[in-house]
Amino acid sequence: MKKLLSIFAVAAFAFSANAGTLDDVKNRGFLKCGVTTGLAGFAAPDDSGEWAGLDADMCRAVAVAVFGDRSKVEFITTTGKSRFPTLASGEVDMLARNTTWTISRDVNLGFEFVGVNFYDGQGFMVPSALGVSSATELDGATVCIQTGTTTELNLADFFRLNGISYEALPIETNDEGKENLFAGRCDVYTTDASGLSSTRAAASNPNKWKVLPEIISKEPLGPLVRHGDHQWGDVVRWSLNAMIIAEELGVTSENVDAQMSSNVPEVLRLLGVEGNYGEMLELSNDWAYQIIKQIGNYSESYEANVGPDTPLEIARGLNALWTQGGILYAPPFR
Amino acid sequence: MRSKLGFFSDEKFRSIFFQTLVVGLFALGLFFVINTTSYNLEKRNIATGWSFLNNPAGFDISFSPFLEFKSTDTHLKVYFVGVLNTLLVSVTGCIAATILGFILGIVRLSSNWLLSRLVYIYVEFSRNVPLLLQIILWYSILIQLPRVKQSLQILDVFYISNRGLYSPRPIFESGFSYVSIAIVLALISSFLIKRWAKKRQDTTGQQFPVFSSSIGLIFVIPLILFFILGSPLSFEHPEMKGFNFKGGLVIRPEFIAMFLALSIYTAAFISEIVRAGIMSVSKGQREASAAIGLKQTWIMRLIIIPQALRVIVPPLTSQYLNLTKNSSLGIAVGYADLVHGFGGISLNQTGQAIECMAIVMATYLSISLTISFFMNIYNRSIQFKEK
Repeated sequence: MKKLLSIFAVAAFAFSANAGTLDDVKNRGFLKCGVTTGLAGFAAPDDSGEWAGLDADMCRAVAVAVFGDRSKVEFITTTGKSRFPTLASGEVDMLARNTTWTISRDVNLGFEFVGVNFYDGQGFMVPSALGVSSATELDGATVCIQTGTTTELNLADFFRLNGISYEALPIETNDEGKENLFAGRCDVYTTDASGLSSTRAAASNPNKWKVLPEIISKEPLGPLVRHGDHQWGDVVRWSLNAMIIAEELGVTSENVDAQMSSNVPEVLRLLGVEGNYGEMLELSNDWAYQIIKQIGNYSESYEANVGPDTPLEIARGLNALWTQGGILYAPPFR
Repeated sequence: MRSKLGFFSDEKFRSIFFQTLVVGLFALGLFFVINTTSYNLEKRNIATGWSFLNNPAGFDISFSPFLEFKSTDTHLKVYFVGVLNTLLVSVTGCIAATILGFILGIVRLSSNWLLSRLVYIYVEFSRNVPLLLQIILWYSILIQLPRVKQSLQILDVFYISNRGLYSPRPIFESGFSYVSIAIVLALISSFLIKRWAKKRQDTTGQQFPVFSSSIGLIFVIPLILFFILGSPLSFEHPEMKGFNFKGGLVIRPEFIAMFLALSIYTAAFISEIVRAGIMSVSKGQREASAAIGLKQTWIMRLIIIPQALRVIVPPLTSQYLNLTKNSSLGIAVGYADLVHGFGGISLNQTGQAIECMAIVMATYLSISLTISFFMNIYNRSIQFKEK
């Protein structure tokens, strides 16, 4: 009986004990990263079945920081609703799932947002044929809305504030929203403007769809981890910051090798030539070099996934560097 | 002389020992689950408690036929809306599944080869295709209906589109309450007449036309009253305004998909239960009743069905429970039931997963136990009465 009890106690301890996530990831040999069920430009499988997008790059950047290998990551799809329990239960190590940073999620849900990788806002998309030019003309419309999101709450606020009515059609995934909008089950689809661009780009004839000018909320989207594991939070935070700082310093995947002999001190610190910042994070010293080499800087990731030359055609706008009229800003690398 | 294992050869001791062991292990397991949960909740700074129930929901629920719901209402009201929607689809589904199941079960036994084969194919198909797929199939069909601006119009009053079936809504005016009272009184008196007629037939053998007199009471008298009072009933017709129809009654495709899938799926099981019930009645019963010259329909109604019911009702109860629990799949098509509204959106907006899930589970448990309770009463009433 004593033996049995101690087995139970050990089992319970193992269950509740929470070793550092970084050690867990290293021992496992790959990163588990929670992403959307498929949102082109952010995280969606490309033609060859590889996950691609801004959020997918975020996951890969962390995998590179830990393992030096962009393929050491398992993408786990989550819906708007399943994402938080999935992270809280430890089924994923981090979420990079166009998730809005809000006070209640940060505080009450027990998560830690480590930064913003896309500044977004909520918009509306309608069929061009509907002849609507502003969201305030949507009185009585049926609106497709992803449940469990901040957009769901903003939508209710917006219509209440403007004294107009609507009918909500609750959906679970972006694909469901697309399907219902294209079939005419709803008149309007509302989600983050980036998501609308992505959905529009996926339509057979994008010109048949129109994104209305109103942006009704601020939606800072960023990666998040469980609250309390600061070491792991730092790894994710600085993987993102390294990409932003690399853009600031003009370090790209093309010129990163040449930059190893740069005379700019911050570049040398970033690439691990000087200082021991990698050690501080319990990573190898060339972690940031590897991120830039294998993934690229923020600008490269942006242009390849959501920028003006992609089907999403989203201008940098707010997401430009602070030096270029945007609000993208990372603390100094020193 | 007892060996060391002597206690174990004592049956009574062994049984007490193992029962204590099992209960002890169960309690220990429960303790660890609760302990680990509260430990982890605290460690991850996840707030717990029930106060969130009184916070405003902040989101809208459009499908709420019984309660008006606004985004400023509380999560508690989200819960009630969810319960009512779950009950709506479960009750209508159970009724439809029972009727369809009985008809199909009887047809399956018919001597008509084609009919019985068709029912066989239906039963095998709907029993063996996952319910979730059937729900999604119905929904995909329904949203391929014409768009709302090109609605199909039937008899100038019904409109069908992929936003649902719109029909006129009856508006009861002041005098209508008298008509309702008349209908209720008629129902009570028909019930009394039925009892009286049965008693009279048992004692004197004389029959009384219960059916036609009840019809007269329930329909004709209220109808006459209705016209005397000057038809106190009008209809509000749905009208196309802006993006949608305004006014009228609407049945949403999400509900229709759930209703069709649940009733068709469960009806297949019920038809097999009914078939088994009928086949369990011995052949002699049918032959004996035919021998005394009863009509074919009477044999079914008076001899076969009452005996078959004793076999049918217990498994039928579990089909009702299944249907009610399966209604939680409404989330697949956005039907605003308990799991989708309270157990999904409220859970996610507040993050109170354990509390929300506990409430939802307790609710399903209560609904199921209530169904079982009433079905058990009914079951007892149809058992053989030993005299």
